[in-house]
Amino acid sequence: MKILVCISSVPDTTSKINFTADKSAFDKTGIQWVINPLDEFALTKAVKLQESQGASVTIVTVGDAGAEAVMRKALAIGANDAVRINTEPKDSLTVAKEIAKVAQEGGYDLILCGKESLDYNGGAVPAMLAQLLNQPFINASVGLEVNGSEATVVREIEGGKETVSVKLPAVIAGQKGLVEEKDLIIPNMRGIMTARTKTLTVKEPSETDVKVKAVSFDSVPARAQVKLVSADNLDELVRLLHEEAKVI
Amino acid sequence: MSIFVYTENINGSYKKAAFEAVSYAKAVADQSGTDVVAVSINPADSAENLYKYGASKVISLKSEALKNFNAKAYAEALSSVVDGVVVLPHSTEASSIAPMLAVTKNAALITNAVASPESVSPFQVKRKAFSGKAFMLAEAAGNQVIITVSQNSFGVKENQISGTEETKEVSFSADGITVVSQEKTSGKLDLKEAEIVVSAGRGMKGPENWGMVEDLANTLGAATACSKPVSDIGWRPHSEHVGQTGKAIAPNLYVAVGISGAIQHLAGVNSSKTIVVINNDAEAPFFKSADYGVVGDAFQIIPALTEKIKALKGH
Ligand SMILES: Cc1cc2nc3c(=O)[nH]c(=O)nc-3n(C[C@H](O)[C@H](O)[C@H](O)COP(=O)(O)OP(=O)(O)OC[C@H]3O[C@@H](n4cnc5c(N)ncnc54)[C@H](O)[C@@H]3O)c2cc1C
Ligand SMILES: Nc1ncnc2c1ncn2[C@@H]1O[C@H](COP(=O)(O)O)[C@@H](O)[C@H]1O
Repeated sequence: MKILVCISSVPDTTSKINFTADKSAFDKTGIQWVINPLDEFALTKAVKLQESQGASVTIVTVGDAGAEAVMRKALAIGANDAVRINTEPKDSLTVAKEIAKVAQEGGYDLILCGKESLDYNGGAVPAMLAQLLNQPFINASVGLEVNGSEATVVREIEGGKETVSVKLPAVIAGQKGLVEEKDLIIPNMRGIMTARTKTLTVKEPSETDVKVKAVSFDSVPARAQVKLVSADNLDELVRLLHEEAKVI
Repeated sequence: MSIFVYTENINGSYKKAAFEAVSYAKAVADQSGTDVVAVSINPADSAENLYKYGASKVISLKSEALKNFNAKAYAEALSSVVDGVVVLPHSTEASSIAPMLAVTKNAALITNAVASPESVSPFQVKRKAFSGKAFMLAEAAGNQVIITVSQNSFGVKENQISGTEETKEVSFSADGITVVSQEKTSGKLDLKEAEIVVSAGRGMKGPENWGMVEDLANTLGAATACSKPVSDIGWRPHSEHVGQTGKAIAPNLYVAVGISGAIQHLAGVNSSKTIVVINNDAEAPFFKSADYGVVGDAFQIIPALTEKIKALKGH
């Protein structure tokens, strides 16, 4: 079985997000990059399938050379090889089209993604990819088992969960639950060393039809000073919520 | 050209997110000097419910085969009737449909919009980015635009109109997914739709103490949520985990009990209109991002607060 895991490289979750002086772009100064946390669940699941089913795991990232440190980390976690499409991601559709090309060339049985990238928050690439490849798509997955050419997936739906079975190849986007937090793999020295020698192929992009562009960015305005209410005076809290905030 | 809006229903009843999406579409239509056409799949509710928010036409797509949710088939069905600007809620289901629709229509997709467009030609709209840490003004190329509205950010706005209804039978192509079983938490408020959310963290000490959190939530008509470690340890289900790596929510009122207010937690909840923090540590970072705060022991404050709210509601 061949698995493709789509990895996006995002600012570390503790990062303060700043913009350039003219607000037109994200200011990358001093940012630590990490594997998009939701993709890490997908990657770990793929590595588990590699162990249990002898699958091979390829990762793909659409990004400039700056993304390679994060890709090496994914290789250290256990992916076999990597493909980088050498371009700064522009919009979801161009990213999905670039990945679709890699997917078609490689003929993968299973494509795993995160549900959403924590920088752009498009939540769009996986579904677009499925549509471009004309493969079944399962979003918001919180459980996955593979049996031969079929997968059983647990997904979140409005108001609950459902278990579905799907014929492979398919695109599955997931989050925590694909594996548990405690199952995430911290690369060891050997992993890090071998990752350096694994193949990382760089391909040039071909998509130019950008549909969405960022005009400007704004930080979220800070809240006014908190109003503290004494624990002995909860009547006052109730009054404030009722009369001032008008939320109860 | 009309503004199209996908009005999602659950077992035939329109969701609040559908009303919000229609309200949003109406604002776009007013800006564009046109009207709103709502499209639903197998609705049981009356179309009147959508005229109320400004839809002047409701197209109901009927198909026995579309009874269960199926992103691809739903996108295909929608794609046969919509054109131009299409509004969908950013709900679990619709956020899978929208990207597929964008591929089919070769349209620009802007997800997580938080306000009506700043301009409709070119289409420019403010959306959430960096997990609630920032906003981005996005611009679409061309006039095929698919837009998803971040739930609870625009709000439901009444705008009564008289409309017409049309029913269409649609066919669909199978996508290879078979539903094996479903587990619906019936009667529970949908976290992303809830107006009020009561959320608790590791300060609650253990799952056995959640009774008082639920009492407070029930009294307020609120949904319950939790911090990430609480769901990681298994005190609460994953579906309640809010934050950067969990659900992002924007209720009118978010009550955080025994949650320290780590940046990853805040990212998912700081769009809430009003935030109340209850924490026994006056230095807890959450107080810096709160509107109201009580420094004290949750185990005393929560039951007392519940009683006081009951008293208020009793009047
Ligand atoms: C990659 C990554 C992603 C993450 N994503 C998320 C996310 O999406 N959501 C999220 O929530 N976290 C996330 N986190 C974790 C986050 O950094 C914090 O660790 C977490 O939010 C802390 O949870 P907590 O506030 O419940 O627990 P703690 O930090 O342990 O805080 C407990 C609080 O309870 C208070 N308390 C204790 N006893 C009482 C009492 N009797 N009465 C009142 N208050 C009391 C304490 O003063 C303290 O402030 C993420 C972390 C990482 C590294
Ligand atoms: N630049 C990228 N390179 C590779 N995979 C990506 C990229 N952007 C997004 N993805 C994948 O698509 C998922 C959803 O991303 P998004 O649509 O940007 O929210 C991510 O979790 C990744 O699995």
